[in-house]
Amino acid sequence: MLNVTLKQLALALAQKRISSVELTQLHLERVARIDPVLNAFITIDRERSLAQAQAADALIAAGKAQPLTGVPVAVKDIFCAQGWLTTCGSKMLANFVSPYDAHVVGRLNAAGAVILGKTNMDEFAMGSSSETSFRGPVKNPWDPARVPGGSSGGSAAAVAARMAPAAIGTDTGGSIRQPAALCGICGIKPTYGVVSRYGMIAFASSLDQGGPIAKCAEDLALLLNAMAGFDARDSTSLDRPGEDYTRALEQPLAGLRIGVPKEYFGAGLGADVAAAIETALAQYEKLGAKRIAISLPNSGLSVPAYYVIAPAEASSNLSRYDGVRYGYRAPQYTDLVDLYCKSRAQGFGAEVKRRILIGTYVLSHGYYDAYYLKAQKIRRLIAQDFVKAYEQCDLIMGPTAPSVAFAVGEKAFDPVQMYLNDIYTVAANLAGLPAMSIPCGFGEGGMPVGLHVIGNYFSEAKMLNAAHQYQRATDWHTRAPREFA
Amino acid sequence: MSLSLQEVKRVAWLARIEITDAEAEAAQGHLNGIFKLIEQMQSVDTEGVAPMAHAQDVVQRLREDVVTESDQRAAFQAIAPQVEGGLYLVPQVIE
Repeated sequence: MLNVTLKQLALALAQKRISSVELTQLHLERVARIDPVLNAFITIDRERSLAQAQAADALIAAGKAQPLTGVPVAVKDIFCAQGWLTTCGSKMLANFVSPYDAHVVGRLNAAGAVILGKTNMDEFAMGSSSETSFRGPVKNPWDPARVPGGSSGGSAAAVAARMAPAAIGTDTGGSIRQPAALCGICGIKPTYGVVSRYGMIAFASSLDQGGPIAKCAEDLALLLNAMAGFDARDSTSLDRPGEDYTRALEQPLAGLRIGVPKEYFGAGLGADVAAAIETALAQYEKLGAKRIAISLPNSGLSVPAYYVIAPAEASSNLSRYDGVRYGYRAPQYTDLVDLYCKSRAQGFGAEVKRRILIGTYVLSHGYYDAYYLKAQKIRRLIAQDFVKAYEQCDLIMGPTAPSVAFAVGEKAFDPVQMYLNDIYTVAANLAGLPAMSIPCGFGEGGMPVGLHVIGNYFSEAKMLNAAHQYQRATDWHTRAPREFA
Repeated sequence: MSLSLQEVKRVAWLARIEITDAEAEAAQGHLNGIFKLIEQMQSVDTEGVAPMAHAQDVVQRLREDVVTESDQRAAFQAIAPQVEGGLYLVPQVIE
């Protein structure tokens, strides 16, 4: 039951070969046994999960099952779930039991899924290693001395270690895709506006998107079907006709034009990663795709622009944490302003404070034009590069991350070194484009390598098709770390 | 762009985050490293380029001016640090 697809799980449940309660118990037992090493979960609530599983079993018995009914799903602790502790990896919310469900959590519940637990993450989603959580770092199941990537490291580790058959995460600069790559599994960030941000604790509102993390493209499609769709409570949610993201999975790839940007293969890319990507691209050509050399000239400005825009929006979003209505309040303070200053100083970790300071500075009087506005203009140039590129190709491919997973603590002391991990992923967030990572091989130390796929706006079905056909012809996505297979 | 210790403290004040001298010094080093990264933005000419705030060409959605929410004050205030009579308690501001 641990190395099957969601479709196979649904069949097993329908045929009563296993019940949702048994399936949930199986995964809860694995969490109890494995998670002390990996630290992928912040909160487990056995009773709550099993109650949901029982309800799912009733639906299945009544013939009312949907594709995800009875399936345990791990939920990144950035999603508010009613009655669940929702910490966002931060001391600031260490006591926050959410009084409401995020839209996406509501959709999973309505689909009959079972919330397996809340997963660990970089504090307030700010990080690329899942080391900054107030609950300690998450470890990579392939090598617990290494990071799983971030900020959705807990969700990725849970799936890779087979503690959960599926998970959901969020992606602001690569936080679904990079952990998926470093953990040898699949993750997709949809087009901006496709998945509602209601109840998804805000980091950078023009960049944040929720998305699924799973073992294969077909699973991503089923999860995206449950997660996507208009929500009036998110003012940036797009009102579009519903889509079935599984509809194009079986289409042959003959004639698919794959754009490969020359800028993605320059200095800084590990030779081991480059080799695995090259092999993947050759495989795509064997499947009938055509490889086209393209250029995204403003690529080099993605990281600088991102590290202006994201902190700026974060400084605004995190101003709500003031110790007044919820969350951490300092035990001692002299007056109201001191209440704010001490609560925020004590409640936030170092990286979060750094980003708030950067954001506050770039938005402040006298600097707004030179930094924030400038970054928004560069954002336009980056988006325009993609528009031009999609005149010549259907999908853009390259590496998801410049290296395989690095050691815990290796980059924790130099913020800029950590930020450079996002070099390939942030452009898709800036432009609002859908982007995905799927496993395509192994690199240094036997660690997984991820293939990054960027699609044009609303092309998720085509991206998942390309991934699915690749996964029919290869087996990277079936590999699991030996201890957890 | 390089921040002085004074500016770090000023920004911390704007962000309402208390910062000790030692923390300000540590932050200064990190922040200046990040500013060096950001400076790369100045290498490109963006004259005449419109800033981009949103991926899609959309406008703020409007809705009918009718009540759609229900009173959940009790649930929302159950998790507050200090409430009384439906009000959030904070240190006195006005004498």
